[in-house]
Amino acid sequence: MSLLDALPLALLGALLGLDVVSFPQAMVSRPIVASTLAGAFIGNAGAGLLMGAVLELIALDTLPFGASRYPEWGSAAVVGGALNAMQEPGMGGALPTSLLAALLTASVSGWSMVVLRKAIGSQLAGVRDDIEDGSRRALVSLHLTGMSLDLLRGALVTLTAMLILGPLVHAIVAVWGTEAGLSRSVVVVSASIVAGGALWKVFHSVPRVLWFFVGGLVISLGVMVLR
Amino acid sequence: MTTAVKPMPRVPMLVKVTLYLRLLAVQGSWNYESLMGTGIGFTMEPALRLLPGGRGGAQYRSALARQSRYFNAHPYLAGIAVGALVRAELDGEDPARIERFRTALAGPLGSVGDRLVWASWLPFCSLIALGVYGSGGSAFAVVGTFLLLYNAGHLLLRAWGLRLGFRRGLAVSSGLGNPVLRQGPQYIGSAAALIAGTTLPMALGRIVGPGRAVAGGVIVASLIGILVLARFREHAEGWRIALGVMSLFVLYSVVR
Repeated sequence: MSLLDALPLALLGALLGLDVVSFPQAMVSRPIVASTLAGAFIGNAGAGLLMGAVLELIALDTLPFGASRYPEWGSAAVVGGALNAMQEPGMGGALPTSLLAALLTASVSGWSMVVLRKAIGSQLAGVRDDIEDGSRRALVSLHLTGMSLDLLRGALVTLTAMLILGPLVHAIVAVWGTEAGLSRSVVVVSASIVAGGALWKVFHSVPRVLWFFVGGLVISLGVMVLR
Repeated sequence: MTTAVKPMPRVPMLVKVTLYLRLLAVQGSWNYESLMGTGIGFTMEPALRLLPGGRGGAQYRSALARQSRYFNAHPYLAGIAVGALVRAELDGEDPARIERFRTALAGPLGSVGDRLVWASWLPFCSLIALGVYGSGGSAFAVVGTFLLLYNAGHLLLRAWGLRLGFRRGLAVSSGLGNPVLRQGPQYIGSAAALIAGTTLPMALGRIVGPGRAVAGGVIVASLIGILVLARFREHAEGWRIALGVMSLFVLYSVVR
């Protein structure tokens, strides 16, 4: 992938990375949205949606509470959706390899958010006296710098990931040695276990939660049998 | 805490709209030193210009400095704090009282918001979107359903919080007893569990593709894995497990 090809995706990654925390937190950065948009950018929204659904299941495990550290899914979903959409149709390795690329990106991008927050903290230390003196200029400048750096962070993460992981994923998919059906099944089992564990973590204290879940399961199985 | 509420100060509509828009960027300068504090100051700044002396006046500068100090809350409920603090400043409340109120408000706004939004509304909307996907919905339908549903709650919650804070000022704590905030997570959780049972098998079936035997095997393997993960929950982060499994699987599929 050339730099020119990766730039539009980097812009998308920047905007969606910004949405995660800084502005406007409308959850356009959720994997099921971000990955689908990235796939549509490449011209294959369906492949992006497939990756988005898998990543959304895994992202259910992430609760962005307060100052906790967590993977950043906005830029990562752009990378995963775009890479999956770029592979030839029917290639068994496309989904698992693109998923691995997205998970690696999410991890690095989460770390980059920590670096950004420390950088803003350092900048705050430099203008603290001005802000304590009620300087509007210092406060607005700090705030806009933080948002601009976050935008830049998302762009750099997406661009770097696409330039490094793009050729790597393509090469791995070409020599993939596991049957396509089994490859998808491994992905789905992994994602659904993470999702199930996450939902249990979040909702286990809700009264009669298992009964509600089993009720839903019965409805679902009924629908599947009738189809 | 009950406090006599003074008559509402007049705030132009343009300032209210600006406060709401700035609220969407309240975490723009989030950092480990002041957390959301500078964002609160940035969001309130247009309203503080209404203080006697205007922008740059002594009251403006003093209030801006006070409101930019350490603060934390859930971003969607930060509007409650912003509205209440704007009201307190415009009412000319004692600065020491405003500081105490600020400190007292931070904790509840964080925990209530985390439970209601991150641990209830967001997963609920994700499951609905996965359900639309599992039932064969197009990319547009899946994305549109998620964004419309989620942001209906998100944007209304922010607007409600700002309005509540502004109307009640330092007496806003009584508003935190709202049934949506107190019991919302439980009801959303029950609905989410029902929807999870209904939609997850369909979504998994669509990801796997044609073949009932494969889909059945996947569902059984997933249920066993979920039970094991739920048992060892404290020792495992789900996304790291997925990263490890995918790394090993890709390695295996390349070298075999």
